[in-house]
Amino acid sequence: MTNTNAPILEIKNLSMVFGGLRAIDDVSLHIKKGEICALIGPNGAGKTTIFNCITGVYKPTEGSVAIQPGDGPAEHIHGLKPNIINRKGLARTFQNIRLFSNMTVLENVMIGRHNSLQAGIFKAIIRDRATREEEQRLIDESHEILKKMGLAMFINETARNLPYGAQRRLEIARALATDPFLLLLDEPVAGMNPHETKELEETINLIRDRENVTILLIEHDMSLVMNVSERIYVLDYGRLIAEGPPVEIKSNPEVIKAYLGE
Amino acid sequence: MIHKNLAKELAASALQMVWFIVLLFPFLVMKVSVTAGTALVRFRWGSLPAIAIVSFIASFAWGRALEWNSHRGDKEQKRTPLTPIKEAIAAALARKPIRRVVLLVLLAAVAVYPFALGMYHTNIMITALIYVILALGLNIVVGLGGLLNLGYAAFFAVGAYTYGLLWKFVGPSFVSAGIATGWLFWIALPIAGTIAVVFGILLSLPVLRLRGDYLAIITLAFGEIVRMVLQNSGPVTGGATGISLIPRPWLLGLKLPPKQAATYIYYIVIVLVILTIFVVRRIEDSRVGRALEAMREDEIACEAMGIDLVRNKLSTFALGAFWAGIAGVVLAAQTTYINPDSFTLWESIMVLMAIVIGGTGSIPGAIGGALLLKLLPEYFRPLAQYRILIYGVAMIVIIIFKPDGLFPRNRKKYTFDAQATEPQAGEAQK
Ligand SMILES: Nc1ncnc2c1ncn2[C@@H]1O[C@H](COP(=O)(O)OP(=O)(O)O)[C@@H](O)[C@H]1O
Ligand SMILES: [Mg+2]
Repeated sequence: MTNTNAPILEIKNLSMVFGGLRAIDDVSLHIKKGEICALIGPNGAGKTTIFNCITGVYKPTEGSVAIQPGDGPAEHIHGLKPNIINRKGLARTFQNIRLFSNMTVLENVMIGRHNSLQAGIFKAIIRDRATREEEQRLIDESHEILKKMGLAMFINETARNLPYGAQRRLEIARALATDPFLLLLDEPVAGMNPHETKELEETINLIRDRENVTILLIEHDMSLVMNVSERIYVLDYGRLIAEGPPVEIKSNPEVIKAYLGE
Repeated sequence: MIHKNLAKELAASALQMVWFIVLLFPFLVMKVSVTAGTALVRFRWGSLPAIAIVSFIASFAWGRALEWNSHRGDKEQKRTPLTPIKEAIAAALARKPIRRVVLLVLLAAVAVYPFALGMYHTNIMITALIYVILALGLNIVVGLGGLLNLGYAAFFAVGAYTYGLLWKFVGPSFVSAGIATGWLFWIALPIAGTIAVVFGILLSLPVLRLRGDYLAIITLAFGEIVRMVLQNSGPVTGGATGISLIPRPWLLGLKLPPKQAATYIYYIVIVLVILTIFVVRRIEDSRVGRALEAMREDEIACEAMGIDLVRNKLSTFALGAFWAGIAGVVLAAQTTYINPDSFTLWESIMVLMAIVIGGTGSIPGAIGGALLLKLLPEYFRPLAQYRILIYGVAMIVIIIFKPDGLFPRNRKKYTFDAQATEPQAGEAQK
């Protein structure tokens, strides 16, 4: 941890235009190693679009996205394909849950670990000793992740049949399975009851503290945002209108105006 | 309440009855006969009550069935008289020795089949088993990969024509060199598999960005293009007349009479089916297979998990095509004659139907569906003219009432020691 202050994710002058709509307008933000940051803003502000630009679902119209997970030089990732960006250590969840819903809970997590294994088609058919061992290791590792996320009792359940809160947790488990250094959570407690929200708050802290994963989250639940995040970015109509620690954001007149309307 | 609902349902059925009467009136009541240039319309009023009664009852029953179906989820746990029997069978099969015995009996039955039932039935079974291979292959593409492929018959054709063309162009030199032409079958198998894979990759390149309807249309066009090319390349492929006198597979240089030859091909196809099942099962339960399924479930999430969709789609089409190529060689060897008519869109649709009826993504489903679809029409000849009607009704009924198919897949369950699966602190459980 030589340069703890160097950002591990840096977005500069990012813009995303859909036809005539400027969904993101010249946004610059950064996240430091080990931080929990929140991105908030009214519906349609462009929060999810920023996630999509970071993770390669969209190619940004302008601007750059760079990562610097280690001590090496920063690396630009904008314009790369989502699977490549994931392999570089960025994992995400989705606002509208996107689980592999007809597969079991364990299988969902196993897919997250796809790139930690090698076996190709021929190995799969021959199923030699190395492949069998690899498969067993995969099962055990995935099981561990599920235990950490408190989903162990659902292992053989079809993902579609999980209670809503557990589905959101499974998305996080699956993202963690890809061994990220940065986790992007898109409204992780949307639709959860207060009890579940409280539990997820603990989980988010645990992920940062025990797994050393930096977290950027989009959330509407203000109690969660204020409790877990160290820094908050506020987005309105695609522009950043404020940035700072929770106490400052709470009393920022521009933020209050954006949320309450004119 | 119940009475009110019933009255409503009866009224709806009555309305549908009227509709059916109007709809069927020109077909079942009016009869036009043309004699000496004048058309004579006869009204068979007698059939009217029959239409009315049948359509009323059918409409009412269908309504009830849909109603029952919509509550199916609620009473999943309800025990029917069949439940104990099912459970007993499942428990018995869960025990290894019993499973072995069942498997042995099955294998024995398969082995004596041609001797017990004779050449006619053996040939029917060969055709059905070729479809089993096709269905297992297409199941990789549609069932696992979730890519709707309506041009699958093209790969089947590629396989058959690989063998046919080998025979046509390399066969003569085999004859002059004094080598048994039956060898060509064994040479054709791997070559056809490989060429089909190449075609699979060729097809997958233009469709990488397509899904759903677009993918279906492009693959459909691909299938037709391949068939048209075969049909219109007369000098090479024999055009519409195709290629004939294709040799049967070599067996120790013996010249087998037709009956023994059929038996021999039967055994070859059985071995190939077992090989296919083995390979497809292994793939399904592997890192590669799971990646394919993830793609079927959600492409965006799949890519976000670091899976390369391009590579995934290439391997899906390649894997599926391989088995169609193999099946094509067997078809050519069995019929000793091939022409483009054997590889129409209808063939692709038949294989697809087999998968849907059996259970998309399920290996037992692909096998069961293919056998049902190929064997039933052979043994219910009198119904042959209603075949398509029956298929259509069967598809609708299965899609509505048993969307997982007749033989759905049993997903693998993983077990861990009890202590490890104990609930943890901070659980999301309610
Ligand atoms: N693929 C797209 N095509 C066109 N408009 C889009 C697309 N994705 C997002 N938008 C628009 O961009 C704006 C921001 O959306 P989004 O990022 O989803 O907002 P939120 O802050 O609620 O997550 C919205 O007006 C939305 O309609
Ligand atoms: Mg959003």
